[in-house]
Amino acid sequence: MLLSVNGLESGYGRARVLFGVSLEVEPGRLVCVMGRNGVGKTTLLNTVMGVLPATAGTVTFDGRDVTGLKPHERVRLGMGYVPQGHQCFPQLSVLGNLLVTVEAAKQPKEAVDEALDLFPALKPMLRRSAGHLSGGQQQQLAMARALVTRPRMLILDEPTEGIQPSIILEIEAAIERLHAAGLAVLLVEQYLDIALRLADRFVILDAGHVVRTGDAEELRRDDVRRLLAV
Amino acid sequence: MTAFVNQLPIGLSIGAVLLLVALGLTFTFGQMGVINMAHGEFIMAGAYTAFLIGDLVLALPAAFLVAGAMGLVLERAAVRHFYGRPLDTLLLTWGVSLVLQQLARDLFGAPNVQVPAPSWLAGGVGILPYNRLFIMALAVAGVVAVWLYLNRTALGRRTQAVVQNRRLAATSGIDTGRVDMLTFFVGSGLAGVAGVALTLIGPVGPGLGTYYIVDAFLVVVAGGLGQLRGAVLAAAGLGLLNSYAEFWSDASLAKVIVFAVIIAFLQVRPQGMFVLRSRVLT
Repeated sequence: MLLSVNGLESGYGRARVLFGVSLEVEPGRLVCVMGRNGVGKTTLLNTVMGVLPATAGTVTFDGRDVTGLKPHERVRLGMGYVPQGHQCFPQLSVLGNLLVTVEAAKQPKEAVDEALDLFPALKPMLRRSAGHLSGGQQQQLAMARALVTRPRMLILDEPTEGIQPSIILEIEAAIERLHAAGLAVLLVEQYLDIALRLADRFVILDAGHVVRTGDAEELRRDDVRRLLAV
Repeated sequence: MTAFVNQLPIGLSIGAVLLLVALGLTFTFGQMGVINMAHGEFIMAGAYTAFLIGDLVLALPAAFLVAGAMGLVLERAAVRHFYGRPLDTLLLTWGVSLVLQQLARDLFGAPNVQVPAPSWLAGGVGILPYNRLFIMALAVAGVVAVWLYLNRTALGRRTQAVVQNRRLAATSGIDTGRVDMLTFFVGSGLAGVAGVALTLIGPVGPGLGTYYIVDAFLVVVAGGLGQLRGAVLAAAGLGLLNSYAEFWSDASLAKVIVFAVIIAFLQVRPQGMFVLRSRVLT
């Protein structure tokens, strides 16, 4: 098992958000976390990455207990994270965004070229300030930045949220290609159709609990859709 | 008219001193948002380092290391536990500043000491003595070095990344704690360099830092937090304003005029000359 989350609890101050969440990601599989707004999807990913401390439970990556590690240590073990909201370092250039990450993750510079090959749209704008890109371009940059750390697993928090449709297709194709190349992915996705096309397995959260897990076939059934309907 | 023209280099040289004392603050206050009241005492530590070494050129790197090491200890031992709590940081570092002043009194005595200027700085061009020109050159060198550090080195890039988006930096593999440590070291070290420069224009005493700390903060705030070009323009502007106000009135009225202008300016542009996204340390 590449990633095992066991009985994970976390929250903000006294407000608990996760109540014992468990899930697993096998090597090379794409697991999609779904659920309505506010059920704890982003909190789950932030706790898996160590941005939020876990108040109980464990996170194991590649057989190693990483629950007490800092975020940058988890990145260096191979957990690539693309947080919500196409974030970037706005005053660094596109290239600067990639370089600072590749240096921090102690990876060779060729990793930058590999990431750019997957997102060729970024190539003509390497010298531009990242803050001046469109949301869709920033999201592609965010994914490229996670890739230059040469992750063994990619953790994506709503990569299609607030992005223009043409770029959503490109992002979906990129995820598909990475998954096909054998990269494990933990994906939070709002669009059911994209989740259905990409996911090997799914985990549905409700109010901080896992209420359903299964494979893509089960996700197509109507009772599951009911859990996601607003 | 000649008098008017004569004030120009004087104003610029005051600006150079302001820029030197503020340069370190653009790191600790501008980049990291830490209100370090002990910054003035790091300046003083640099000045006393020059007093102990006695050689201006050797004193510059030595003072950088001494003041930088003091900053490093302060950040690791205390300041890092108070990130995101500016009022507590202010009180804490103010206390440290008082302790350091008393320590200087115990070590070097309360009376001021004089650091003899090297013989090659005797004389001058026109109304500008060589020591003033040396300070201006040092300020320019300092700005260039800081710019190169931030924009052309991997460490500087990492510093910028942490300033612009701390959480994203952490999840991009950057050890943010180490970057904080290093930024504080460089900022404090620059205060030490400023201290060496100050020995050229006046005596050194335990209260040296308190004399400059307010001006240093004014330069950083007026220029815009963390903005190098803002600090340069603000220092030059305040230097010139100070020199002309002093020329047309007297020293204490000049101070009042400078403060009034800054207050008025910050009413119009509270963010300073240049806008930077503010950053919250968590």
